Amino acid sequence: MSKLNGRLRGINLGELMLTLPSLGWLMVFFILPSLIIFAIAFRTADAYGGIGDSWTLETILRLVNPNYPGIIWRTIWLSVSNTVICLAVSIPVAYYLARMDRRWRQWAMLLVVVPFWTNFLVRVFAWKTLLHTDGTLRHFLVWTGILGADQPLLYNSGSILLVLVYTYLPFAILPLYAAAEKFDFNLLEAARDLGASSPHAFFSVFMPGISRGIVTASIMVLVPSLGSYVIPEMLGGVDSDMLGNKIAQYVYTERNLPRASALAAVLILTVLIPLLGMMYINNRRQTRDRKEITDTLSHHTGIRA
Amino acid sequence: MKRSLFPGLTLVFCLVFFYLPLAVVVVGSFNDSRFGGDWRGFTLKYYNQLLRDREIRGALENTLVIAFWSTLTCMVLGTMAAFALHRHRSRLQFFHLSLIYSPLVAPEILMGISLLLFFGAVGADLGMTTIYLGHVTFCLSYVAMTVLGRLQDFDFSLIDAARDLGASSWTATRKILLPVIAPGIIAGGLLAFTLSLDDFVVTFFLSGAGSKTLPIYIYSSIKRGSTTKLNALSAILLVVTFLVVIISHFTAGRLDRSEKTKEAKASG
Repeated sequence: MSKLNGRLRGINLGELMLTLPSLGWLMVFFILPSLIIFAIAFRTADAYGGIGDSWTLETILRLVNPNYPGIIWRTIWLSVSNTVICLAVSIPVAYYLARMDRRWRQWAMLLVVVPFWTNFLVRVFAWKTLLHTDGTLRHFLVWTGILGADQPLLYNSGSILLVLVYTYLPFAILPLYAAAEKFDFNLLEAARDLGASSPHAFFSVFMPGISRGIVTASIMVLVPSLGSYVIPEMLGGVDSDMLGNKIAQYVYTERNLPRASALAAVLILTVLIPLLGMMYINNRRQTRDRKEITDTLSHHTGIRA
Repeated sequence: MKRSLFPGLTLVFCLVFFYLPLAVVVVGSFNDSRFGGDWRGFTLKYYNQLLRDREIRGALENTLVIAFWSTLTCMVLGTMAAFALHRHRSRLQFFHLSLIYSPLVAPEILMGISLLLFFGAVGADLGMTTIYLGHVTFCLSYVAMTVLGRLQDFDFSLIDAARDLGASSWTATRKILLPVIAPGIIAGGLLAFTLSLDDFVVTFFLSGAGSKTLPIYIYSSIKRGSTTKLNALSAILLVVTFLVVIISHFTAGRLDRSEKTKEAKASG
């Protein structure tokens, strides 16, 4: 009790009043619901799509069902490939943006940010139109002979990956640009003067210089793509389900909430691995980390300090 | 020093990649052909149909009502949270910060399903209110982090100086602190508003009868395959997005500058 008192004494009333609204909100609407996922994964399902009264291990045990490892594996490889492609494209882009003339840079950043602000479903719809079987792009590709006459552009893992990259590219460019903007480009000149070739200087001086941006960008792309739901649902085929749309399927088509919860629990664990990895990498650099996120957000909103 | 062409070309490639599908949609909205594809002449009929569509108008109204209230709530809660995080360094704030971080990285589908189960467990009816509660939950952190960013750049000794010169605590806050963090609150609010307008996944899980939002309307139209009006709707949304981003970019720049001149005046 005295220990508790000691702790409470360190917190004054003003702090408590400022903290409680957001803290309370997130406890009730974020933490508590997440815990419910784990609880419901152990409940039985009733016949009406609701949750039964008794407890069971069956749902968890059924996760070993040969279907799931395939879905989990596809979710991981699509998300990891998406992250790698986004980084490979964004690093040179961030480099170029950071070295651009200030006036032009503003406009270039604006152009990069607009797709990020554009309604997500509009973008998905745009790709569906562009890749459509009777669309101009496919006609063109068939005409040039790149694509066979009976090969579709839509409804496979390739189209999912393409639109994942499209959706998450701005999420990678923005933190990388925030990091590149702070990089001292004289270091590159110095490396060149000391005899390093351009690519060598780029990889051994610039890349380590923006390493924190690389970590932030990877997380900002990898974690949401692990939970993708709309993209595989709209652009994937029958055999290219990801975890996200399997979860939705259990909620809406099969009406089995415990099974949806069990898969959601698997997704939570899958997401926690890269997050814990990042915390390990950024260990004891809390305040700078915070600065990184606020800087990235300020680029999202176009407001520059 | 000769610079490699490669990074510049990547940027150009990126921009083409970003805008090509959007351009196809806009062109399609004027195409007088039922299935897209080939050009059959210019028409404005889809825009005409769009304006007369009651369902879309209702969906737009719902979307704006939800975005308005959730943004307002987030601006209040987020600003308070940012102050708490900035002014105090306690264990409570460490926990608070971790809690604020978490929704930034949580996949949307997890928030959607967990809130669905939560509202099911407490017996709440799904609808506008549950969507609003969900939206505040995922937008709150963005406002808090944006305001926190402004606070980190603010020199709190300026407040002390103002108090020493005879200003009341309220005057000092209003005249010095507020102008500095206002762009942060506005930017955070704008971000929250856009995220709320744009959100599909959480909304989809939390919507009930009569709470159809614009993204849900778009989703079900794509699903149904009745996309004749979607091109026109998308084109309008694109234009609005462009205008909002450009306006916010320039007003933000102006706010920033006027505040810098104020700072310069204050220090000069």
